Amino acid sequence: MTISADHTALGQDSPEQPAETHVTEDAAAEAVRKFGITVEDYMLPARHQIQMVDQDGTLNPHTEQGAQPGHEYALPGDAELMAAYEQLVVGRRVNDQNSALVRQGRMAVYPSSHGQEACQVAAALCLADDDWIFPTYRDSVAVMARGVDPVQTMTLFRGDWHSGYDPLKHKVGIQCTPLTTQLLHAVGVAHAAKLRGEDTVVLAMCGDGATSEGDFHEALNFAAVFHLPVIFFVQNNQYAISVPLAHQSVAPSLAHKAVGYGMAGERVDGNDVVALLAVLGRAVKLAREGSGPLLVEAHTYRMQAHTNADDATRYRQDSEVAQWVAKDPLKRMQTYLTDRGLLDDDGAARIAEKAEAVATQLREGLGEDVPVDPQDLFRYVFSTPTPQLKEQSAMLANEISRDEAAK
Amino acid sequence: MSPTVTTSSEVNGNVSAATARAAAKAAASADATGPQAITMAKALNTAMADAMHADSSVLVFGEDVGMLGGVFRITDGLTKTFGESRCFDTPLAESGIVGMAVGMAMNGMRPVIEMQFDAFAYPAFEQIVSHVAKMHNRTKGAVKLPIVIRVPYAGGIGGVEHHCDSSESYYAHTAGLKVFTPATVADGYRMLREAIDSDDPVMFMEPKKLYWSKDLVDLEGLRAEHADNTVRGTSSEGRAAIARPGTDATLIAYGPSVPTALAAAAAAAEEGRSLEVIDVRSIVPFDDETVCASVRKTGRAVVIAEAHGFASVSSEIVARVQERCFHYLAAPIRRVTGFDVPYPAPKLEHYYLPGVDRILDAVDDLQWED
Repeated sequence: MTISADHTALGQDSPEQPAETHVTEDAAAEAVRKFGITVEDYMLPARHQIQMVDQDGTLNPHTEQGAQPGHEYALPGDAELMAAYEQLVVGRRVNDQNSALVRQGRMAVYPSSHGQEACQVAAALCLADDDWIFPTYRDSVAVMARGVDPVQTMTLFRGDWHSGYDPLKHKVGIQCTPLTTQLLHAVGVAHAAKLRGEDTVVLAMCGDGATSEGDFHEALNFAAVFHLPVIFFVQNNQYAISVPLAHQSVAPSLAHKAVGYGMAGERVDGNDVVALLAVLGRAVKLAREGSGPLLVEAHTYRMQAHTNADDATRYRQDSEVAQWVAKDPLKRMQTYLTDRGLLDDDGAARIAEKAEAVATQLREGLGEDVPVDPQDLFRYVFSTPTPQLKEQSAMLANEISRDEAAK
Repeated sequence: MSPTVTTSSEVNGNVSAATARAAAKAAASADATGPQAITMAKALNTAMADAMHADSSVLVFGEDVGMLGGVFRITDGLTKTFGESRCFDTPLAESGIVGMAVGMAMNGMRPVIEMQFDAFAYPAFEQIVSHVAKMHNRTKGAVKLPIVIRVPYAGGIGGVEHHCDSSESYYAHTAGLKVFTPATVADGYRMLREAIDSDDPVMFMEPKKLYWSKDLVDLEGLRAEHADNTVRGTSSEGRAAIARPGTDATLIAYGPSVPTALAAAAAAAEEGRSLEVIDVRSIVPFDDETVCASVRKTGRAVVIAEAHGFASVSSEIVARVQERCFHYLAAPIRRVTGFDVPYPAPKLEHYYLPGVDRILDAVDDLQWED
């Protein structure tokens, strides 16, 4: 079977651009021709999840890295690996620092990505400057790795506003707490860029539980039908708060869902940053070249509770957690890079220093009390406040001034 | 120069539909090429086409809006004129349509999207309430979402269930959404252009039973008015209109209930009672000034809406007027609304819908003997 016109986006060609439909068809068919396989083999994930460096930090033999036709991945370059390792160390430090700040009462809540840092870092590093990323509430490390100021990133969790950074400036969507609604925003950003002829790629993040949501389905289908360059990146950390994956889906894997939408899916070891960089890097490249959307599922584990308000011992065994401690993404990367001679004590110390600087920035930034302005309540509901909001704003100002006078 | 129905009061938003129609008729007799009898469907269609001509970032999408032109034909011809990249069909998924519009608006577009029917918009409720309404606020104004969500709403067309809901209260209750509803053909054009111009998201509630109502309208005049407003930074947004002036009591109505209120006022006039009819036009923002000025003048009011009365826009109007006009009132404010029942089957809808008789009964109850 080859890709037929039925599998490609219906024409979005305007009368001035009659050729666009054909361009899209060719691009999709080319993805199959390129790999010399059937459309099913192109779209179905490889028979095993892609892993390059095992949990002991040993590089897998090339034949085991992803050897099936259409699922062959190149080892990322040394500079890319070192940059990723640095971000891994920073990310781990950020996670642990933020959890500590919650315990000290400096932040309302923090959904930690401890254990998932490889996914966070690879999602941020696989993109070009003009690409977009749409994160969830658990993806603070990815947001920072895209260049957003750490303290601004934490505004949501500190509790003084719902978001602290400008999504347009950083091309980073607001950290989304409703599940998978942001995947559709990613589709829209990609669609607008495509209509303007820009080659922007958008990476949209969600978790395993979120794949049960209706917007997951709608986003994947829209992206596929409109043939948009969106990478749907699912961090399968095994639990949706307390509910294990088996209660969400009995699909062979979450990556297998891709084929139902006419897109390619892949599974990857989510604690192996080398494999993640390879798989996501290729996905971004394919999407930019016109392959349409792709779905990547990363197998990882949420090492800590859902948030500080959650008690993970109620729904999972310590022995299960212990198995994942052995698969830690930092440890294996440290071993691998040290064995390769890319990381020495000096390098490790320099990276640790960088991580500590970010932690200090967080401690200092979140340690100081930023005064909140009660008039901000009314300022941003609309571009121009309605007469009703002006009345309410005056009422609150009056209330506050009377309170102050009474002091 | 073609004659225009625009008056200075219209530019300020104090649009009197009756006055406008009278002016249009007068102008039509003076110059046959001016005002013409057109439907609200045509006015809405023209507004979208003009906005798309003026700004290439204006995109129209939804279900069946492409080659078909929409199930009500409101987007008729837009795909042909502007191509499939500017007006296109989406997969059949309302949350997807609204969610994609959010992303497009974040990336420089001005989407005008269609929810095929009122009750079919409910799958998109989360996107509308949690994102469309809140994005500007949570990003402290960094992200503006200039999205127009067109919703054909309300009944009176003999539609089967889920095709006739009055869903405006859900949106009006959500902070961050503007909610407009035109009742005249001219306002169909004028308000849709203003909605598309708005940097904030607008729920544009189109009374589907008025799609085929015709008025004498001078489209060139409306275009000139829009251009003039653009230059001067003015608009009719957020302003109610006096649809029919009167002195004895005020009928406050919006969307599909405005023609019913006007018919009731005409019937009351024959009985010697002068009723003023206010067309709310913009539910959010709400024009307290125009509504309350009328009630202070007449001392009596009836609020008319098709939606269920309980916890509704009509409840809000009564509360607002009572808070502001209590000492001017000669009688408690009455409401004529749909009953608190699911929208009925076609053969029962005439019992449910506010009609002229029910409105006149409510007017009779406004303690005239005192």
